[in-house]
Amino acid sequence: MAAPRELKITPIKNGTVIDHIGNGLSLEVLRIIGVSELDKDSTVSVALHVRSQKMGWKDIVKVENMELSPRKVNAIALIAPTATISIIRDYKVREKRTVDLPEHIVGIARCPNPNCITNRGEPVESEFEVARRRPVVLRCVYCERQMDDFLAHLI
Amino acid sequence: MALKGRDLISIRDLSREEIEEVLKVAHRMIPIAEGSKIDRRLDGLIVALAFLEPSTRTRLSFDTAAQRLGGRTITIADPTTSSVAKGETLSDTVRMLSGYADALILRHPNEGAARLAAQMSDKPVINAGDGAGQHPTQTLTDLATIQEAHGTLSGLRVVLLGDLKYGRTVHSLAHALALFGAEIVLISPPSLKLPDEVTEHLDQMGAKVREEDQVHRAVRDADVLYVTRIQKERFGDETEYAKVAGSYRIDNTVLSGAKQRLIVMHPLPRLGEIAPEVDASPHAAYFRQAFLGVPVRMGLLSLILTGKGSS
Repeated sequence: MAAPRELKITPIKNGTVIDHIGNGLSLEVLRIIGVSELDKDSTVSVALHVRSQKMGWKDIVKVENMELSPRKVNAIALIAPTATISIIRDYKVREKRTVDLPEHIVGIARCPNPNCITNRGEPVESEFEVARRRPVVLRCVYCERQMDDFLAHLI
Repeated sequence: MALKGRDLISIRDLSREEIEEVLKVAHRMIPIAEGSKIDRRLDGLIVALAFLEPSTRTRLSFDTAAQRLGGRTITIADPTTSSVAKGETLSDTVRMLSGYADALILRHPNEGAARLAAQMSDKPVINAGDGAGQHPTQTLTDLATIQEAHGTLSGLRVVLLGDLKYGRTVHSLAHALALFGAEIVLISPPSLKLPDEVTEHLDQMGAKVREEDQVHRAVRDADVLYVTRIQKERFGDETEYAKVAGSYRIDNTVLSGAKQRLIVMHPLPRLGEIAPEVDASPHAAYFRQAFLGVPVRMGLLSLILTGKGSS
């Protein structure tokens, strides 16, 4: 008989489950989700350092009563490219997908170049194109500076 | 010609064929730039020169280029006395100027400024240098100089010497040389090597690039020696700077082993990287290079503003 499955986080009725987040990156994912923007009755559960067959160790984030905007999904793709996103409705997984890094990334991270025009108070959002996918390297569309340390520059 | 109405922000915006077209038109502009032929194809057009960072040489060459072709210019030459000093954003300055002029030439202290300006302007924008970023008209001028001296850009061996890390002209030039299949030889102090991302980009283009550490050895079989400024502020202490700068100085002794057709180039102003004795040698091409900045900019203005190439 299989060992009983231990439930470390209780299921949610409606909301989003972000699974397969790289070990230790869930707090950054929370930052992107923006917990302060959530409905006041929503619960956010975070599991850190969870055993995973695929990844060894992973983090999981569950957020009640929220579906992620495309911009937030893009940001998650940037820092947690292995993540999967499941939309839960009435305790059932209605949609499950992997995150996908788009060609252009707008307004998610600041350009690391302090002399870049996007950091000088102009009415413009930062914009990067993907210079390389594995590992991900972005290039600023304006100053052409490349960036691989997104965590330090998330807006 | 497809350049009409286009922006020129980075040399990467141009294909090899487009660069060749600009150089061809620039070559035909030489007699007009010298004043021996009259052509007023920009008559009735106004070019705005927004120099939000001082640069006399580039500003005057654009001003001369527009006026030689019968165009007029309006200028911000000193940002400390313009609306910019009152804290106006670049976006607003550009929107205003694009309402006044038919094209906008922008020099700005921040990288990426020209790309932003191009988004804000409904008239073509030409980047005349944005911070440590791009300076495509300098690159086109460099290519025109090499082409004039050697009759081609392909199959040449070009030595890039000096500050290859911060020298913006070098990065754009290396890209353009790679487009034309030139062999690139790099010589720099260890702390001022070509940045990895530029080296990677050249690799991706399939460029032939190698490093060399002895100046006289690199010069021996080169067709072009491109010298850049090594700036004092890049070094912690003065003696280290003096030592490095001294070991990269080009004089007639260094050039004595060079091919007869080698040309020595420099974006100017120089700070002692090239000894004055070289000026009189047939290798010296840097003053010709400075002059060619005018016909190259004339060619560009003509193609972008009127679509007219050669006539």
